[in-house]
Amino acid sequence: MFKSKLKEAIICLGAGRVTLNYPFEPAPVPPKFRGKIEFDARKCIACGGCANVCPPRCIVIEDIGEVAKITFYLDRCIQCARCYEVCPENAIWPTEEFETATPDKADLRSEMTVWMSSCQRCGRCFEYDNAIDKFESKRWRGRGPGEANKHGIFPTKPPIEFMPRGPLVREAEKER
Amino acid sequence: MLTDLCKKMFGKSLWLFHTNCGACNGCDIEVIDVLTPYYDVERFGMKLVGSPRHADALVISGSVSRQVAPALRRLYEATPDPKVVIAVGSCAVGGNIWFDTYNVLGGADKVVPVNVYIPGCPPRPEAIVYGAALALGLVPKKVQAQHEQHLPAGFDLDEYLKKWEGIPAVTR
Repeated sequence: MFKSKLKEAIICLGAGRVTLNYPFEPAPVPPKFRGKIEFDARKCIACGGCANVCPPRCIVIEDIGEVAKITFYLDRCIQCARCYEVCPENAIWPTEEFETATPDKADLRSEMTVWMSSCQRCGRCFEYDNAIDKFESKRWRGRGPGEANKHGIFPTKPPIEFMPRGPLVREAEKER
Repeated sequence: MLTDLCKKMFGKSLWLFHTNCGACNGCDIEVIDVLTPYYDVERFGMKLVGSPRHADALVISGSVSRQVAPALRRLYEATPDPKVVIAVGSCAVGGNIWFDTYNVLGGADKVVPVNVYIPGCPPRPEAIVYGAALALGLVPKKVQAQHEQHLPAGFDLDEYLKKWEGIPAVTR
């Protein structure tokens, strides 16, 4: 018995100090660690894919006319990074930040506002100075009927009543 | 101000009372992990106690269900003043995926005032140590809300949102 105790003592002495000096030293995270999510409003096209797959519904998209307001309730985020998986533009990604403890809950509520320009024909919103500006498109980027752009003249046919229109479009129609 | 008060009040050692208010045991295991020699939160004088009457701090894990809410309230009242309430895990902070379920209140702050929120599902043991150190005022707060906008130049967002105020969300 004494022998085994001695053996145990030798093992314990050999192990040295195991305690991390953590809050006073940075702690490295393992590879592929998923921490707090971050996002880039310049890349976002407000497609709503992230809000669709988010299990705790911590990403909420609100369409207010031509503006898409995206709220991130990070207090209930489970850091599954499914938003990162579905995002076609890589506008949202998990960081290595895990030190998210806070005395104020308002620190865990992020917000992003993206302006979506609306289609002159159907009144629906599409992405603004993003994918369309990236490639040469034959779509109509003129201001409205009768106006020319590099592909020709926009047809003077009135736009189809398809979706309820935002105030910007309604004002544009009044001016015509 | 809170940190200064904490430094004064809890300068020596903080005794924790850990309550499971409907957690899946993930956060509980991480809290136990924090007490092991590897993370060793007893460096700061913290240890688990068996009764709320001995405790300085309540550690709440789990989405607070309706069944457990009165018990949690009694527990809070049984803890002597001054006290710190630490919510561990996304469930206790914001309700996690049960935030709008019928039997869950969605966060411990609906029942008791919470001083430190530690989000994560479950939070890393380091994150819990960080939260504990934050409660003691040893480390500064790092997280900040991220507010980003991508709007055309000269676009007045507030003016625009005012136009939509009366219109119901379905027709937007």
